[in-house]
This record gives sequence, C-alpha cells and structure tokens, in this order.
Amino acid sequence: MAEREPVHSAVVRTTHWLVAISFVGLIVSGTAILIAHPRFYWGETGTYSTPAWVDLRLDPVYEHTGWGRALHFLSAWVFASSGLLYIAAGFASRHFRSKLLPSKVELSSRAVAAALSLARRRDAVAPWRYNVVQKLTYLLLVFALCPAMVWTGLAMSPALTAQYPFLASAVGGHQSARTVHFIVANLLVLFLVVHLTMLVLVGFGAHLRAMVTGYRPSSEDAA
Amino acid sequence: MTKPMARRTFLRRAGIAGLAAVAGGSGAIYAARRGGLLPPDHGGLFGVSETLTYGAQRLLVPHHTLAREFDRSQISKVAEINGYPPENDRYLELLAARFDDWRLTVDGLVARPASFSLPELQRMPRRSQITLHVCEEGWSFIAEWTGVALSHVLDLVGTSPAAKYVVFMPYDDWWGSLDMVDALHDQTLLAYGMNGGDLPTEHGAPLRLRVARQLGYVSIKYLSRIVVTDSLAAFGEGLGSAAPEIGYSWYAGI
Repeated sequence: MAEREPVHSAVVRTTHWLVAISFVGLIVSGTAILIAHPRFYWGETGTYSTPAWVDLRLDPVYEHTGWGRALHFLSAWVFASSGLLYIAAGFASRHFRSKLLPSKVELSSRAVAAALSLARRRDAVAPWRYNVVQKLTYLLLVFALCPAMVWTGLAMSPALTAQYPFLASAVGGHQSARTVHFIVANLLVLFLVVHLTMLVLVGFGAHLRAMVTGYRPSSEDAA
Repeated sequence: MTKPMARRTFLRRAGIAGLAAVAGGSGAIYAARRGGLLPPDHGGLFGVSETLTYGAQRLLVPHHTLAREFDRSQISKVAEINGYPPENDRYLELLAARFDDWRLTVDGLVARPASFSLPELQRMPRRSQITLHVCEEGWSFIAEWTGVALSHVLDLVGTSPAAKYVVFMPYDDWWGSLDMVDALHDQTLLAYGMNGGDLPTEHGAPLRLRVARQLGYVSIKYLSRIVVTDSLAAFGEGLGSAAPEIGYSWYAGI
C-alpha cells in the first residue's frame, strides 16, 4: 500500500489549487469590473453613444472597479504563473501525453458517444481514469480557453499593444478583445459548474482528498 | 500508515514552497527598488501585483515604443466624457474669461521655473496624434489630440538629472503623476486641441495631459501646475496620485 502511485503529482495539486483560488478571485473581480459597463462591442471602440453588440441591460455600478481591478490583476498573476508552471511541468513529465492525449481508438465517434452515455450512468463511471470527453475538455481548457483569457486580457493593455499591436488586431480590436474575454469567462464558469457537478456524481470527498494528498482513498476508508 | 506521512510530506513541501515564495517576493521587491521599478503604491497585498505589472511592463515594453495610432476615418463620432468640469470660483472665472488669464506653472526640480500662457504653448512645436482613449470602466473611443510634447516643455525649463517623477495639478482634486519614462515619451502631450478644434471644456480645457499608453484616468484634465520631483512622498498621501487613494492603480498601463 505504501508503494501506491499518486493519482495527482505535487505540481498538479499545487497548481490546481492556486488556479482554483485565483479563478474565484478573477470571477468575483471580473464581475465587479464588468458591471461598470455591462455592454459589449466589436472593433476598437464602443461607448454609451454607440450601438452595443450585446447589452446586458443592467444598470451600471461604478463603485467596485477600484478593488475589482486590484484583485483582478493580483489573481491574474497567480493564475497565469501557476498555469505556465503546470503546462511546463506537464510537458516535462509527459503528463499531457500519458493522461490527457486521447488515443486514436478513443477518438472514434462510437467511443466518444460511449463516454458521453457513461456520464449519465453513475454506476458505470470509472472515476479514476479520464474518458475521452474529459481528456478533450481538459485539453480545450488548458490549451485554448485559458490562453484565450490571458491573450484577450493582455490585448486590453494600452502599454502592451504599443509594443505588440497584434495582441489586439488579431482579435479584431480593443473592444473585441473585451467581448471575447467575457464570452470565454462564461465558458470557464460553465466548465466549473460541470466540473463540480461531475465531482459530486462520482464522489466529491474522495476526489477532493486525492487533489490534496495526491492519493486515492484505499478501499477501507473509501466508504 | 501512508496517509499521515503523505500529509506531513505535503505540509513540509508546502512550507518550503511558502518560504521560497516569500524569499522570491522580497527579492523581487528589492530588485524592483534598486532598478527603479517600484511603483509608489507598492504597499499591501495588492502592491505585489502593482509592482509585478509595472515592473514587467517597464521591462517588456521599450520605453520609446509608440501606442497604436489610427486613421482619421476611424475617429469616433462621439467622445464619451467621464466627470464634470471643476466648480470652484477660480476655474469658473478662467472659463468665463476664455482662459485669457490662465497660465501653466512648471517648477520643482528644474533649472528655470516658468509659467506659460495658452498662446505660448500653442506656438511651441505642435504634435497631433489619433489614438485610442480607454476608460477604466470599459468603454473606449478614438480621437485626435493636438498639443505640445511634455518633453519639449520639460526641456525648456531644464529638468534636473535627479528628477524621477512629474506631478500634474489640476483645478479639481484628480491630480496625478508620471515616471520619467512616460513623461518623456513622444506621445505624452499637453493637449489643447481635440479633433481639429479647441479642447472642449468637459475634456479638460484649457489644457490636459494625454498619456497614450495608460488608461484615461491618468490623463489629468484642467491642468494648472506641473511639478518635477525626485519623490512623491510629499504629494497627497504619498501614493503617487489621487487614484490609489480611492483604490485604483497609480500605473495604469494595465
């Protein structure tokens, strides 16, 4: 029993919790920033005098952007540096290849459909190994959604776009970057909701403990 | 009993990581102070990220890099306004006299303290640029700004080599400051014109600062006096501008 392989490495556990805590900070502070101007535009510009691409139809609340911005950037530094550490360690330790890269067999439409139907049958879930849908979701999260958040966040910086104008132009402009930032934030919140729901379905306590200690509970204390 | 061992190991590792983070953090603050990369609002937990952001941008963005400029056809039809013109008697008198008596005082760590009238500033080399104005609230517009480069005025008065910051005093309470990197930047203007006309009152008449590489609230309106200094400690609460006193960043290159 003492020789059990951990399910989550120290780097995965540490960066998981740093990302989790900073993500909460980012969502709370992001909302505080958002409600100061709950309208979205496409292109470089957009104000109350121009038509909105999406108008959330909320009354603007201006008072919370001070601490909101401060918490957003503090959280963003933790989020981005933990994420980079996770990705670097993931390549170095072949974590992505061994745990997250689906095999050709797994990618067949029949296998994907099977994985999706498993998700609806609690008793059939194999909770300690990722199925193909989980693998694809995590890869999308790590290599598409999170980088898109960092990219569009940086694209809103007037100092960084001076040196790296493609940050903004590649996504259609300053306001487009803000709009994409908001859309992807919603996808990340959706991910969090599904993530927590699935954890509850397969056993929240055991998985929570594994993400803290690194080990899955042995059969006697799994009850 | 593997679990208590695992927990102990985890706690020991977490302790080492924590110590490393504290050591790294203090090292970074020390390096930032030595390298002139410590913002005046570096205190507290949020000061850590203020320092990281300011330091990283000063290191990543060459000091003379120009902010993006746009085509005349991209100028926004409406330029949003945030805040109201000062309501004190002095400003209202100047406004009523169409700023005939207005002068900009420039003093502090300079060889030749001076004050300039609006026509004097308008006779200096003129610079126009079409840039994006981004409000911290989230909106943005493109406008053309016309004025004299702040660096030109600083050259005229002879800035001391000891100068580290330039402080901007307006007719209202929203004062600010820039480090020498942004103060001497080619696009940092003392602007008296906007979109081909005079600077409208609510955009900061008769003269406002325009800092192209930071958020709008750094571009102080309704200027009255400019002070060159080596320390921000004596200004307001010593945090560099009015912004950190109500929770905003002194440096807003974001």
